[in-house]
Amino acid sequence: MRESAEDIVIVGAGETGARAAAALRENGWAGTVTLVGHEPRAPYERPPLSKAVMVAAEAPQPPYILSAERLRENDITLLTGCAVTRIDRAAHAVELADGRRLGYGRLLLATGCSARRLAVPGADPGRLHYLRTYDDALALREQLRPDRHVAIVGGGFIGLELAASARSRGCGVTLIEAGPRLLMRGVPADIAAAVAARHQAAGVTLKPGVGIERVEPAGTRQVLVLSDGSRVECDGIVVGIGAAPNTELAAHSGLAIDNGVAVDARLATADPDIFAAGDCCSFPHPLYDGRRIRLEAWRNAQDQGALAARNLLGAGEDYTAVPWFWSDQYELTLQIAGLPDAGVHTVARPLGDGVQLNFHLAADGRLVAASSIGPNAKIAKEIRVAEMLIARRAQPDANALAAPEVKLKSLL
Amino acid sequence: MSHANAWIEVCAADDIDEEDVLRFDHAHQTYAIYRSPDDVFYATDGLCTHEHVHLADGLVMDHIIECPKHNGRFDYRTGQAKGAPVCINLKTYPVKVEAGKVLIQLG
Ligand SMILES: Cc1cc2nc3c(=O)[nH]c(=O)nc-3n(C[C@H](O)[C@H](O)[C@H](O)COP(=O)(O)OP(=O)(O)OC[C@H]3O[C@@H](n4cnc5c(N)ncnc54)[C@H](O)[C@@H]3O)c2cc1C
Ligand code: FES
Repeated sequence: MRESAEDIVIVGAGETGARAAAALRENGWAGTVTLVGHEPRAPYERPPLSKAVMVAAEAPQPPYILSAERLRENDITLLTGCAVTRIDRAAHAVELADGRRLGYGRLLLATGCSARRLAVPGADPGRLHYLRTYDDALALREQLRPDRHVAIVGGGFIGLELAASARSRGCGVTLIEAGPRLLMRGVPADIAAAVAARHQAAGVTLKPGVGIERVEPAGTRQVLVLSDGSRVECDGIVVGIGAAPNTELAAHSGLAIDNGVAVDARLATADPDIFAAGDCCSFPHPLYDGRRIRLEAWRNAQDQGALAARNLLGAGEDYTAVPWFWSDQYELTLQIAGLPDAGVHTVARPLGDGVQLNFHLAADGRLVAASSIGPNAKIAKEIRVAEMLIARRAQPDANALAAPEVKLKSLL
Repeated sequence: MSHANAWIEVCAADDIDEEDVLRFDHAHQTYAIYRSPDDVFYATDGLCTHEHVHLADGLVMDHIIECPKHNGRFDYRTGQAKGAPVCINLKTYPVKVEAGKVLIQLG
């Protein structure tokens, strides 16, 4: 037996890494657990960064996932402010930026994503704001002040949640999206239209379908010159143009990369002692004909972290959870279960009060996704039941789906 | 503590379906009242211990209430938190049914 066989090392102390570390202990692992994180603090939840952390009167503490007490109780060694720079697969060891080496029996890559950088002529990289970490959030809070105007580049979830948070703090917003509409990736057009309408009602200026030609300095302010010839003068530029998986470590150690660290249904790489989970990995999904997908979603991070932990211990389970995502903007919540683009037709369930709920069906009538926007209290249960139907590969009657008086639960 | 040990009337038993939940507000507090699939009534604090969302908007499955916000799960018979993201248990309250009325004991 190798000397390090009793050692499990987790690279990345985010949602996935933290959840995996705790799950190793819940499943009775008695060897060592070392969680190595590049950020200077213990693992915390990212979803509040664009929401509660942005709008709170005083900057709140990071929403920690594992308290110092829980780390101690679970005998998890957390190394913060520490990047893994190389995996030595032959020697079963990882190298840290400070020169240390850690042996491992099994290794989990939970390196997450980094915000995509904007490259535009004239833009000063030091004056562009991104949001991925708590430190980013603290810097951004300073931008979203009343009587200021920010330009948000990108009409994805982060840009839109920040637009809502900015408006609720009285900060003016122009949002620029290169694509023809908001939320092009994975969100049906009618839901995106409802999102756009709500932002417009809140006073956000939306500019879809335009690119940025260049940025010009204007004293303490900056001007974005757009492809339609218009100019947006602002106090700050916030960029939310998506995130890219952190795959360099895996790539340099010869592991396959395919829009993320490529893993199989058990979240294993081709190296039997290395697994990957969460935002950084792509995996085949059995509910969608084994199509390889990568999710950037909080529950996926938790579920994959927990499953990877069991599989590190030899459980050999496949990951089959239905993809699920939520976003909060103003008083509205958007929730999506499954993959809407796997559907060929859509059935709407009228729920009144501006609530939208769609079911997405495949050609054979199988329910493959449900998408919704409205007050969370009105939509959460419906999406949850839909998720169960999707997991069961149900082919529910379209008329029943469209009839609000038929309880969805009765279709299970 | 004016309500210590008092039995408070909540609703008619028929107001809650089996395997369902109802929100009940009383004296600036909010509670969730459950009727299990085997027709027993239970009560817990009304707000999730993660981000303080009303649990009565969530889904009841067997003896589990699932939070409508991030799907945190509790056993509503004991209040026990069943794993991430919820780690703090819910407070529970005694419940009885008398003459077709559901009553809970607060305090
Ligand atoms: C602002 C924001 C809001 C969000 N809101 C929602 C939401 O409303 N709903 C939803 O479903 N999802 C949301 N998400 C997505 C969710 O937070 C992510 O899916 C989740 O954080 C992914 O967890 P992860 O651990 O895989 O990756 P991450 O959370 O990105 O963690 C990875 C960690 O690994 C570290 N790391 C990377 N490389 C190394 C290395 N070589 N050595 C050491 N450490 C390394 C990184 O520094 C990072 O701390 C949001 C994300 C953000 C950023
Ligand atoms: S608010 Fe209940 S699980 Fe988050």
